[in-house]
Amino acid sequence: MNVLQVRGLAKRHGQKQSLVRAVDGVDLDVPAGQTLAVMGPSGCGKSTLLHLLGGLERPSDGEVWLAGERIDTASERALARLRRRSVGFVFQAFHLVEELSAAENVELPVLLAGSSPRQARRRARLLLEQVGLADRARHLPWKLSGGERQRVAVARALANEPLVVLADEPTGNLDTAATNEVLRLFAHLRAEGQTLVMVTHDGRVAATADRLISMRDGMFVEDTWLAS
Amino acid sequence: MQDAILAMLAKEPSHGYDLGLRLRRALGPLGGSMNAGQVYVTLARLEKAGLVVQEKGDRPDRKVYALTQAGQERVAAWLTEVSRPKPDLVEFHLKLAAASASRLADPVELVGAQRRELMRRLHETQRAILAEPDGSTGGLLLEGVALRLQADLRWLEACERVWSKVEKESE
Repeated sequence: MNVLQVRGLAKRHGQKQSLVRAVDGVDLDVPAGQTLAVMGPSGCGKSTLLHLLGGLERPSDGEVWLAGERIDTASERALARLRRRSVGFVFQAFHLVEELSAAENVELPVLLAGSSPRQARRRARLLLEQVGLADRARHLPWKLSGGERQRVAVARALANEPLVVLADEPTGNLDTAATNEVLRLFAHLRAEGQTLVMVTHDGRVAATADRLISMRDGMFVEDTWLAS
Repeated sequence: MQDAILAMLAKEPSHGYDLGLRLRRALGPLGGSMNAGQVYVTLARLEKAGLVVQEKGDRPDRKVYALTQAGQERVAAWLTEVSRPKPDLVEFHLKLAAASASRLADPVELVGAQRRELMRRLHETQRAILAEPDGSTGGLLLEGVALRLQADLRWLEACERVWSKVEKESE
């Protein structure tokens, strides 16, 4: 089954001479359990694509289906619910709440989804253990290394067992060792069957995925199966 | 060198002197080190192997060489074969030049095929690196392999940029 299904997707900004076709008519099927990397130079539209897939932006044209549910025409309320429960985001700049501990950052989306504080605490403890940061649960983000912060962000993205994790340059702010920490975590998620879509300009990061799509000027120019 | 000369003959029959010039031009500054005699020796070998034949040229003192059927088949196979495990720079460069000149293959597509092959190798290498603990000596060797593949991929990006421009201008 396809977790994501996209048809004729387009996103345009501006008008007439200043018209920018950020995403210019793409089709995409992502089956459950696949890890997909979308690679391209900055400005090729890959981040916009990711935002459209996760309901952070609405397309100018085309359709986005998430697990059989059409999301590009969904109401604001339905979209907000979807972003909380069905999609997990990981960003380049982590976007952790600096005033909250690692555990509290992970608890937050669980609480927002309507669980009890006790359930949220239990879930956060489990996830931090899974990303190898059980001993950092009480630390504030600034006391963590870059790789640790991104692992907390991944734990938070997994909080509500999302259908898909969407990662935007997840290693863009990290050195080689921290990049490998995060990529090892992704490898672990893949082994557990988590569907993952990441966008990156880094060939080594992209090469870890099962499948690689190259994007230029808003279009897919190549779709390669990497896994043997 | 054999394959590059065959590919250059795919465009049109030529004599040894012309082939030498074209080969030197394709190699750019690296062509200076090429020995003119090499071309004639190679042509003689190719003739013996039945890949080229001599034709009558416009001047009786100059031998004109042309591809045989077997020679043509060999060129077509060489152009579209993807180098494993990694491309020899000079050979791949000549292949792109020959593909463009002979119109037997699209250089940009050859670059794409090579890139897909290298990305698959980088995929295997990266997966192996992630399976190693950080700081292990085994990981160090894999790191070297990944860095070299990355360098080759960067070079292919440059190849793609230049050859897509050349192809666009010649359309």
